[in-house]
Amino acid sequence: MSVMIEVIDLHKSFNGHEVLRGINLKVEKGQVLALIGGSGKGKSVLLKHIMGMMKQDSGQVKVDNQDIRKPRGKALRRLKERFGIVFQGGALFDSLTAFDNVAFPLKEKTKMKSSEIRVAVLQELARVGLSGAENKYPAEISGGMRKRVALARCLVMHPEIVLFDEPTTGLDPLMGKAIHNLIRDCQKSLSFTAIIVTHEIPAIFSIVDQVAMLYEGKIIAVGTPEEIQTSKDPVVHQFISGELEGPISVK
Amino acid sequence: MVVVFIPFKALGHLIHNFIRELGRMGCFLAESLFWMIFPPYLIARVIKQINFIGVKTISVIVLTGLFTGMVLALQTYYALVKFGAETSLGPVVALSLIRELGPVISALMVTGRAGSAVTAEIGIMRITEQIDALDAMALNPYKYLIVPNLLAGIISLPLLNAIFVVVGVLGGYGVGAGLTGISSGTYFGGIRDFIEAKDILEGIYKSLCFGLLISLISCCKGYHTGYGAEGVSKATTQAVVISSVSILICDYFLTSILVA
Repeated sequence: MSVMIEVIDLHKSFNGHEVLRGINLKVEKGQVLALIGGSGKGKSVLLKHIMGMMKQDSGQVKVDNQDIRKPRGKALRRLKERFGIVFQGGALFDSLTAFDNVAFPLKEKTKMKSSEIRVAVLQELARVGLSGAENKYPAEISGGMRKRVALARCLVMHPEIVLFDEPTTGLDPLMGKAIHNLIRDCQKSLSFTAIIVTHEIPAIFSIVDQVAMLYEGKIIAVGTPEEIQTSKDPVVHQFISGELEGPISVK
Repeated sequence: MVVVFIPFKALGHLIHNFIRELGRMGCFLAESLFWMIFPPYLIARVIKQINFIGVKTISVIVLTGLFTGMVLALQTYYALVKFGAETSLGPVVALSLIRELGPVISALMVTGRAGSAVTAEIGIMRITEQIDALDAMALNPYKYLIVPNLLAGIISLPLLNAIFVVVGVLGGYGVGAGLTGISSGTYFGGIRDFIEAKDILEGIYKSLCFGLLISLISCCKGYHTGYGAEGVSKATTQAVVISSVSILICDYFLTSILVA
């Protein structure tokens, strides 16, 4: 299987505080990787670097063996079009309805006719279980529905790589499970490569192929969910089991 | 630190912040102008923003223009009476409105009504990651959000200024006719005789500059807003204050250049 995303010795500091201290990570094509780690420790920052939305201090991010900082103009747009991202809060355009939010990238990025856009949007909303909610505004729908609309908006452009930034944060366990299942079903049918930043342990283990743990700015463990769950590393073990006593200090 | 140096430190900090802000604004303008040149041209977005910044401000402009013209005529009339020059009421009112009050007051009104709203809208889009979402869709936020606002500001301000001046002159005539019984021929004839094309051009140049200034400051403040609701509120206040002060400062320098 070919490597789709490769992060090589990535460093990033903010105001002298080093958040990423030499990240090395590989995600193979069609795989789903869960990125776990403490809150505020740089998981979302890493995601934005992979997406090319932040510039690293040093290191490299390669997508399909291509350095994402090299392309310019059209080539950069084409590269970005291979990505989709579901933001933590959904990042829906609050002045647009669910339908218009999903239709937005199609209207702006393609030359599809409005009838074709309508079919594509309704199909995508149906895929995420939101048939009938197309005329509602983001403020009128629940958190879970907003995440679904965000997923639909992301998938409507058929991205090859989808990045999820805490897709179930703030949702009740049942809705969280439903979103996880939805991500798994969409991944199976569309075969995209995915990275999911999450704190949903152990729920996330059932839908991912690989798990990577970020600790003190580095990836300290990568493996299958089983390997991570049985890891002897005291940091990984403490984080997975949620114990307060251990090498990770809770401040 | 020695106490005597504290004011110098504060002053240095202030100057440093001012230069940094100016640099950021300059870079923001340069990047916006760069994206303004290259296609695709989002005409529909520009029209939407003209509607928001321009059309929806017309009622405020008409109201302020009317009362500005009326009060100007009232004040000028009592001054002119002392010299027995009441017949000059029309040209004095029109000249004041065309060259000075029209561009400045209409710009201040747009700042209060539309500039603050633009900052708040862009600021909220920033903190709720909507701008990141645009970027993630490979849509340039400058092209999509900033350029339409800049163009809308530049196009709307001269038109709003024109409305302000016309309504102000009519308001002035209403007061003049009521007070002195001045005839429309004297009032408007005087305006036709005294007002030159360069006076009107001066007003247009000022409006164009103020339009760019308001849009630039409002967009830049929103785009670089701080965190949370407090960040947006601070950015909005700063946008209004900086825009208003900049309009008055720029007005002086533009006047000195254009008059010379």
